[in-house]
Amino acid sequence: MKSIDAKLVVLGSQGVGKTSVVVRYVSNTFNGHLSPTIGASFFTCKMMVDNYRLRIQVWDTAGQERFRAMAPMYYRKSNAAILVYDITSLESFDDMKSWVQELQKNTDGDLAMCVFGNKCDLEDQREVDNNLALQFAASIGARHFQVSALSSEGLKLEKLI
Amino acid sequence: MAAEISNDSPSDEILQGSEPGASRNSMLLATDSYDDLASYLSDTNLSSDRDRLSSGSISEITHPTETESFDPKSVISEEVGPEVVENEINEQLENSLDVSASPVDEPAALATSDSDTVTERIGLDTPTSQLSELSTDHSQPEACTGNNSDEQEEEVEYVHSQEWRQHRKHVFILSQSGKPIYSRHGDEDRLVTLMGVMQALVSVIGDGQDLLRCITAGSHKMVFLIRENLVLVAAARSIESMPQLLLQLTYVYNQVLSVLTLSQLSRIFKQRRNYDLRRLLTGAEKFFDNLLNTMDRDPCFFLGAVRCLPLESSMRDTIAQSIAQNAKVKDLVFAILIADNQLITLVRMKKYFLHPLDLHLIFNLVSASESFKAAESWTPICLPKFDSGGYLHAHISYMDEECRSCLLLLTVDRDVFFTLSECKEKIRERLVKYKCLAAIAESVDQNGYKTSQVGIPELRHFLYKSRSAAQFSCPEYEAPYHTADQRDRLFGLYQFLHHRIHSSSRPLKILFHVGSHETLLGWVTSGFELYAVFGPLVTKSAAINSVNKLLKWIKKEEDRFFILNSPTF
Ligand SMILES: Nc1nc2c(ncn2[C@@H]2O[C@H](COP(=O)(O)OP(=O)(O)OP(=O)(O)O)[C@@H](O)[C@H]2O)c(=O)[nH]1
Ligand SMILES: [Mg+2]
Repeated sequence: MKSIDAKLVVLGSQGVGKTSVVVRYVSNTFNGHLSPTIGASFFTCKMMVDNYRLRIQVWDTAGQERFRAMAPMYYRKSNAAILVYDITSLESFDDMKSWVQELQKNTDGDLAMCVFGNKCDLEDQREVDNNLALQFAASIGARHFQVSALSSEGLKLEKLI
Repeated sequence: MAAEISNDSPSDEILQGSEPGASRNSMLLATDSYDDLASYLSDTNLSSDRDRLSSGSISEITHPTETESFDPKSVISEEVGPEVVENEINEQLENSLDVSASPVDEPAALATSDSDTVTERIGLDTPTSQLSELSTDHSQPEACTGNNSDEQEEEVEYVHSQEWRQHRKHVFILSQSGKPIYSRHGDEDRLVTLMGVMQALVSVIGDGQDLLRCITAGSHKMVFLIRENLVLVAAARSIESMPQLLLQLTYVYNQVLSVLTLSQLSRIFKQRRNYDLRRLLTGAEKFFDNLLNTMDRDPCFFLGAVRCLPLESSMRDTIAQSIAQNAKVKDLVFAILIADNQLITLVRMKKYFLHPLDLHLIFNLVSASESFKAAESWTPICLPKFDSGGYLHAHISYMDEECRSCLLLLTVDRDVFFTLSECKEKIRERLVKYKCLAAIAESVDQNGYKTSQVGIPELRHFLYKSRSAAQFSCPEYEAPYHTADQRDRLFGLYQFLHHRIHSSSRPLKILFHVGSHETLLGWVTSGFELYAVFGPLVTKSAAINSVNKLLKWIKKEEDRFFILNSPTF
């Protein structure tokens, strides 16, 4: 049996649900009272996919402004980045775009990107047009997922690979 | 009401070095919170035009009745004065932060050589009334010019609201240009005008040779800490003294540095004087809130000392060795294991020591951050006394499922997370194997020790600080101090005692104070500080006897209550 190691970094504004998404992946739970991440948290996630042993190391970064300068430390050493925005906050979507720019500038294209529109259980409060988001993801060659850490919609890891 | 007494003092002065908890080889920098404060305030960190602290330019405007009229020569003082503390505490509860409602006399009794100029300036427009009225015709500093009058009226209403004013202590942080950064109570956006007035006060007085430090009106005090980039203000109706409030502001200031570093702060304001610092401090408010709440409860701050989790010394040595042997990583500066705001052990790089203030900020970071419980974390932290110019990187993880003990590995190398993660796992295995985690859990759950274990019936509670170790010990808060109100009152008594003994105009060695609910004895030597609380009917000689007995008891237990060695990597 072969095993694969992957390094993943999760980026996005504060409060968009990065930690919630990671916790959903790692332990398949949702806790509505998570507190904001300080610095960055490290998770590992092991699973079997198609007879491959997959070991993913995840850096869940803090969205708070003062930690932004620390981000390169994490994405420089990653294979893939998940960029998360909150579908109920246009601001978080714009912020996600600025993350993309930063990644494009500072990594030489070897970082796979993937965009998550989180909190899609809150459809009635949606501020970010889904087509716009799809277009944007396509324009940077990234896949786009509508997800919800709360309902676990869209968060089956197999889909990611 | 204070009388000098010459006999009856504690008989056997304990030789320095043999007092309980004496440490020849302390891992913490031994400090005195007040001495430290004094040197801190006179350092040259202030902006150049405000650099005249040492020339006696601290302006203290004090209500005449507050002026102490005691004999400065007395080193031993005895007093019977229940009203001193109790009344002030009652007042504290009754009054709101309504400065205009309390009798505001013309500010008098200025305690500085430059007093004339200050009186003149202030006399034109009593600062206290400015603050309470906040009428819109006061000239507004630059930060407020964007406000329309509607907003201002709303603000004025807000600061007059009962809800806002009933708070006992307000703390504000503003930039040198008067921009609001933080308010302990209420949304700082609604306090733009108030902060503008504060900034105006600071700058009007700062224009001359003076530095605004304190305004007192009745039971209300406003204390100002003016630093290079920030102005910090405490407005309190409490018995806390000016130096005590100033010390708290110093802590808040250092908390800002801990989040941002001094160099970053200076750079930001050099580039843009008007910068809205809240952008960089989002999410850090809870550190200020938590710090201020803890400072209202925990004597470690005014004592300038750290409390250790009681443990058998052999157990503590095992823990320290488990850490020292498994964390041999280049550039690892400190490894710290803590539980419940108490130190379990600290292993350090040979040439470095930790300042208690820095350790208090670490405690604050851990107790205010739930997120460390979810996963291993890696975060920058500045320890201002260690190096205010830069960050250390902290690997933070809990050792047990219940999240009792938390291990912090602090390094200057930002790339060693995975190395430290391996160290942590090895350390944890050792701690499990040698049953250290179980011992820690037992001690945490036991919640310290009880006063009754000392075997002195009339003794209710005490604080004991070993000065050389910069550590203190105290029993659990039991009846009558088990309720929040009573514990707060006890805390106030300790603050009162500490302040009276340390008061720079008349430092005392021993203070015996008879109140209506309890009798207090404070005793400070070059080796220790002891604050003891007895029932109200205890005589002075009985109290002194008890204290001697207490010291013997602490000496017997010192290996459990204090960390007397200083492990290194
Ligand atoms: N309704 C809903 N709420 C969510 C969802 N995901 C997260 N939240 C909530 O959003 C808030 C923020 O979630 P976090 O996971 O802490 O956000 P974060 O991106 O990690 O935030 P930082 O660590 O500060 O950067 C929490 O109150 C979550 O309960 C979701 O899918 N649906
Ligand atoms: Mg998070």
